Amino acid sequence: MIGSPDRAALRRALELRARVVAAMREFLAGRGYVEVETPVLIRAPAPERHIETIPAGDGRRLAASPELQMKRLLAAGSGPIFQMARSFRRREIGRLHNPEFAMLEWYRPGVTYVEFMDECEALVREVDRRAIGPLGAAGPRTLDPDLPFLRMAVREAFERFAGWIPDGAPDDVRFFADLVDKVEPSLPNDRGVFLYRYPASQASLARPAPDDPSVAERFEMYLGGIEVANAFTELADPAEQRRRFEAERAAIAAAGRDTYPFDEAFLSDVGRMGLCAGAALGVDRLLVALTGAASLRDVLPFTWDDA
Amino acid sequence: MYDTSDIRKNLKITIDGNPWVVVDFQFVKPGKGTAFTRTRIKNMITGAVLDRTFKSGEKLQPADVEERRMQFMYREGDSFWFMDSDNYEQIAVDAPHVGDGEGFLAENLVVDVLFFNGKPIGVTLPTFVEVELASCEPGLRGDTASGGTKPAKLSTGAVVQVPLHVNEGDRIKIDTRDGTYVERVRK
Repeated sequence: MIGSPDRAALRRALELRARVVAAMREFLAGRGYVEVETPVLIRAPAPERHIETIPAGDGRRLAASPELQMKRLLAAGSGPIFQMARSFRRREIGRLHNPEFAMLEWYRPGVTYVEFMDECEALVREVDRRAIGPLGAAGPRTLDPDLPFLRMAVREAFERFAGWIPDGAPDDVRFFADLVDKVEPSLPNDRGVFLYRYPASQASLARPAPDDPSVAERFEMYLGGIEVANAFTELADPAEQRRRFEAERAAIAAAGRDTYPFDEAFLSDVGRMGLCAGAALGVDRLLVALTGAASLRDVLPFTWDDA
Repeated sequence: MYDTSDIRKNLKITIDGNPWVVVDFQFVKPGKGTAFTRTRIKNMITGAVLDRTFKSGEKLQPADVEERRMQFMYREGDSFWFMDSDNYEQIAVDAPHVGDGEGFLAENLVVDVLFFNGKPIGVTLPTFVEVELASCEPGLRGDTASGGTKPAKLSTGAVVQVPLHVNEGDRIKIDTRDGTYVERVRK
């Protein structure tokens, strides 16, 4: 966008982005959340086999998400908090991926991910009404945020669209290949969708469902077919959290990537967090979904190649 | 070997012994999941197009393909003989690999011959060629505007539709992609 000769389009895109960010802040502040900032250069991001972090020198890495630091604030008694966090993930470049991106992350003590579905739905509707509505969508938009969101369990979505039921610890490659090739393209794109209750193996920081420990209390929110947000009822069991970190670190080592020590301060704090739910939402993707843009290129002032 | 991070448009790869070219690709990755590269690839022999998703890190076999500029010499049964004008090497290409361009191959025409593992698998003609009309029904002199057409046989073998005012012995320009008449050229 930065190189575009169309000055009016650039101004409009900048304005849309600023309005969306302002509307999100207003929405969350109105619900009692306090905005926080946590460090971007950290020693020990959460080990996740499918997320590669970027080394920053001096034994630090760029945060792939502000999750561990925000959870330490929660454990220390912060109450509901949110953050507009710049986040970094190595080698993720594409129509809907940029290695550096803006993430809205927010947490509330005392609730589960079910309340967060309601909150995500309200947030999208509110942001659309306040920030996008008055300016109009940029492209042909399939999404109507005012339609009630569809809520479908992962198990049901796979049974219907991929013809098998992923329980417990399904094969990673088979699960994700069918997710992107069969399940996601079958979801309605005129309304928001929540896929919820993921196989336990795929939610390293989420709580197992009390009625069925083979699934985790995790949901993904799709808007216009785009995966925009991920949410958990957070895992607050330090021993279980350590076991999962160990499993993730072993997978990272097996893939030949660098490993690093765990964030021990997080592991010792997380038990004090109590019942809590949280969500992470890709701000750039929300802009794509709400404006009908073709790709991140149309909403990012600077793409990876421009930076 | 390539891996998925090498995938870009026009990358040529071998799958099940056939050469394919990447016409489009997209990086996809669920938030907590493995990355994939979704591609649209075209078979360089048959032209068939299909969608194929590769897992991140998956290895891809490069396709040893090469395009050489060659001159058409003559036809012998189902073999078409071409010569490399740089080193005078002569090679024969089977009719199925010459494809639809066969009927427009005039002697000395310069074409691109595609080789896969050293074997010719395709011939690309220039978009426009000039060929003599071998036979057609007599034209209606002066009729350049009626818009009617008639079939005509080219000296190179193909039968194409030409306007009524074009006659035997005329040289005409043909679009080799679909065999349409473009214009009559001066002899």
